[in-house]
Amino acid sequence: MDMHHERGMEVTDSYQLDSYAADILCELGNIGAAHAATALSELLQAPIAMRVPQVELVPFDEISMTLGGPEVVVAGVFLQVTGDIEGTMFFIQSMKSAKQLVSNICGGEESKDGFSDIGLSALGEVGNILAANYLSALMDFTQLRMLPSVPLVAVDMAQSILSIALQTDQMGGRYALVIHTAVHHREEQEDAHFFLFPFPGAQDVLLHALGIGGSV
Amino acid sequence: MIHNVGMADAKVAKGDDTLRTLGLGSCVGLVLFDPSSQVAGLAHIMLPTSHGTTEDRFKYADTAVETLLGQLIEQGANRNHVRAKLAGGAQMFAFSTGMDLVRIGPRNVEAIIAQLVLLHIPIVGSDVGGHVGRTIQVQCDSGQIWIKTVLQGDRFI
Repeated sequence: MDMHHERGMEVTDSYQLDSYAADILCELGNIGAAHAATALSELLQAPIAMRVPQVELVPFDEISMTLGGPEVVVAGVFLQVTGDIEGTMFFIQSMKSAKQLVSNICGGEESKDGFSDIGLSALGEVGNILAANYLSALMDFTQLRMLPSVPLVAVDMAQSILSIALQTDQMGGRYALVIHTAVHHREEQEDAHFFLFPFPGAQDVLLHALGIGGSV
Repeated sequence: MIHNVGMADAKVAKGDDTLRTLGLGSCVGLVLFDPSSQVAGLAHIMLPTSHGTTEDRFKYADTAVETLLGQLIEQGANRNHVRAKLAGGAQMFAFSTGMDLVRIGPRNVEAIIAQLVLLHIPIVGSDVGGHVGRTIQVQCDSGQIWIKTVLQGDRFI
């Protein structure tokens, strides 16, 4: 099937996001995040609910809007993805839910300002487990290789953390494709977020692998 | 009046106006200013090299510095009085030797300094590197920068 841009949602210099392609990517976000949420639920021994994934071409400046703005302090785990599909991935939590997670896993209370070394390494390990679950679900579905790097942890302003996804030569222009899925504890509004930023080119590889063509 | 500068963007303003950019991580806020004419510019630079791309000139160190200087002069700055300050260029994720993407902050800083040297613009202040995000606000008349961090408080350069 050829790409027909009359259905396109938006066209930029580095991506064309067809609404049909967006549906597929949304489904991938669904599959990945569902597996990751299951793993999180097992870790916490608590039910975790998942919101509908969002697939968007986001202007760079709006990348942190879903987290509450550029300066909101969050706890982030970052991984690079290599293989057939390349890009970056983040597991981001509000400070409150990150602290809750750490105290559930390690016991004890984290200090008011930040995290202990053990707390940070627990966050990294949780991020690692969730990313591995997310990616292995996508790999099963697409039969493509996606390998996570060692997870890296940072606690700081949302934009300072997320902007690293945009700072690579592969990310041309001023828009980024993002597959975003929020998960939350059933009784609470505190969200945790998965962000997958496939590099331009990954979209075509994905759609091609799923037998849907794409403009390769 | 406060002018917000987005990622890969730049603005020039004068007098008692201020320029602001939020949440700098590995990106660098480059400030060029001429205290004599009270003209200042702020660019939010994301990557070291444009690889010949002509679009998004403020996104890349090798195209941003000269372009910002040109805009300052257009707004009445005296080329010989222009100075530079830098903030940002952090390595947000520590313990990450070897990953190119993670070292982008220091590489941005190096690339900007190389351009400033080439254009003979003196660097009179900098707060770069470390592992911390920064929001910066520039006073156009004095060139003073207010740097806000989450974990390390505020400072001025």
